[in-house]
Amino acid sequence: MKRLLMTAASAALAVAAVAIAATSHTASAADKLKIGFVYLGPVGDLGWTYMHELGRQAMVKELGNKVETTFLENVNEGPDSERSIEQLARTGHKLIFTTSFGYMDPTLKVAKKYPKTYFEHATGFKNAPNMGTYSGRFYEGRYIQGVIAAKMSKSGVLGYIASFPIPEVISGINATIIGAQTANPNIKVKVIWVNTWFDPGKEADAAKALADQGADVIMQHTDSPAAMQVAAQRGILAFGQDSDMIKFGPKTQLTSITNNWGPYYTRAAKAALAGTWKAEDTWDGLKEKMVVMASYTNMPDDVKKLAMDAEAAIIAGTLHPFKCPVVGQDGKPVECKNGKNLEPGQILGMNFYVKGIDDKILGK
Amino acid sequence: MGLLEAIILSVIAASTPLLLAAAGELVVERSGVLNLGVEGMMIMGAACGFAGAWFTGSTFLGALCGIAAGAALSCVFALLTLGLAVNQVAAGLALTILGVGLSGLIGAGFVGEKISPAPNLYIPLLTSIPFIGRILFGQDLFVYFSVALVAAIWWFLYRTRAGLVLRAVGDSHTSAHALGYPVLKIRMFAVLFGGGCAGLGGAFLPLAYTPFFIPGMTAGRGWIALALVVFSSWLPGRLAAGAYLFGAVTILQLHAQAFGLGIPSQLMSSLPYLATVVVLVLISRARGTAGSAAPASLGMVFVPDR
Repeated sequence: MKRLLMTAASAALAVAAVAIAATSHTASAADKLKIGFVYLGPVGDLGWTYMHELGRQAMVKELGNKVETTFLENVNEGPDSERSIEQLARTGHKLIFTTSFGYMDPTLKVAKKYPKTYFEHATGFKNAPNMGTYSGRFYEGRYIQGVIAAKMSKSGVLGYIASFPIPEVISGINATIIGAQTANPNIKVKVIWVNTWFDPGKEADAAKALADQGADVIMQHTDSPAAMQVAAQRGILAFGQDSDMIKFGPKTQLTSITNNWGPYYTRAAKAALAGTWKAEDTWDGLKEKMVVMASYTNMPDDVKKLAMDAEAAIIAGTLHPFKCPVVGQDGKPVECKNGKNLEPGQILGMNFYVKGIDDKILGK
Repeated sequence: MGLLEAIILSVIAASTPLLLAAAGELVVERSGVLNLGVEGMMIMGAACGFAGAWFTGSTFLGALCGIAAGAALSCVFALLTLGLAVNQVAAGLALTILGVGLSGLIGAGFVGEKISPAPNLYIPLLTSIPFIGRILFGQDLFVYFSVALVAAIWWFLYRTRAGLVLRAVGDSHTSAHALGYPVLKIRMFAVLFGGGCAGLGGAFLPLAYTPFFIPGMTAGRGWIALALVVFSSWLPGRLAAGAYLFGAVTILQLHAQAFGLGIPSQLMSSLPYLATVVVLVLISRARGTAGSAAPASLGMVFVPDR
């Protein structure tokens, strides 16, 4: 009996602890639109998840007591996330945002089970009648960073910390090198894949390795400010990621691609409230201000002007980072269906490198 | 600074948190207790260590806060598993979940704050020796402490009477109890020691490695430390070898990628795990002592009056 009690006690402790870890914050009230968010990291990661959280807060501020939101943080990608998504659907959330690429298949599965619930999946490419996708055209910002990096690099070697070889990351690397080549045709980029979105120690180690091998401008597609800090210690330059990281490198940060989800979340929630929600593929960029560049700092005026001109041209639609011909690693131009630039599908599903990158992608 | 020197410096920094946490867990397991809560104690050490350093401006006091936080969390574990004889695996897993959640709560106010990293040792002349100067005489104090800690643990386990008793408790708690040794008290001290070490290993991250705090910044290092203890067959010397090997392969694979060797990154990222497991297993096989140091009572609940 005593043993049984103890087992029960430890189980209770475990359950309580789980409740603390997968913190869910719910605002009270009845018959409001319940909206759920599934986050990859902790809301305080200063990166990807943090920006989604700011987006949620902006939406709540805008819509006030018409909505009630819940978020689940630290939800692992892959099959494991299905439980979390389904939990939100089961508890009456009518609109659910799943905010990382790896939630794609789990979201699709849950969407099929709950046809009356609206799902919005970030950065993926699979749909259902009740599941839309949304993402930012981050490659537009990457192109501008490439231009700046090539201008600012004295060694002609850029360092790129990449997370996972998925299309969004690969298109980012490609846009960077295409932008960089406009300023310096011989620019080199060293790529390190850390195979994680978030591990400050490993990100710092990768930044050190790149700096040790001669890279003097560091850019990252991982979520913590560790690389920025290493660059600051080494006296080289870096770009922030997701949020403005100038605080971690006042003399280091050139700019940062920041993600501005608030307006989109507000728009989607309004549509759901009005009953006009439809599954769509939203892909907004600098023009729609889903992607926003942080201030251009620590660079001379001529480079700043170059960057601002590129930004203006992308917004005006006169410059497209993937303007044809886009030449692959093998030296052959990539198929260009409309004759002008790569189709959205080619960018969203990008699985090849362009010419000028020495790294290899598995299976290519 | 040459490339090789830079690589060695990075390797030492990457290995130190693993070594600190694993060394503590080795003592815990040698006493017959399996505490799977290393990750939770590390992240608590990171949060409280950062908080301490932020308030006092002192890395040393921050490190003490980290040790205290790890030890405090391990008290919960000791209370459950030793006091209430709860299953150790369940309690350890709960401890990790609790630590991750609690550290996020404690650290929430410190996200985005900065502190100055732990100072590196500087001895005139010695630190300036080319190549070996920085490596031997230019590290931060965590590094020297971690090496001294492993040596001290070896000495304690094999050269002191108290160490012998601790190993006896781990191998057969009933025999040790019958001989009159206070099994639960010894285990409690071991668990607290392990908690303190894990807390210090965690505190190393925001105090020296990447001087800021972010929830979840241990990123699984506690689990790697746990695995190192097993693959070192509970021997301190092999533990140090394993920790440095893991750190070395981690850093070398990053450098290999930057060199552009064209090896798939997924394979490269798994190399530290593969290499460490293979090498430590080979060492064990070669010596013909595979698993012999495994504490026989590991993970078993002990209730004195039953």
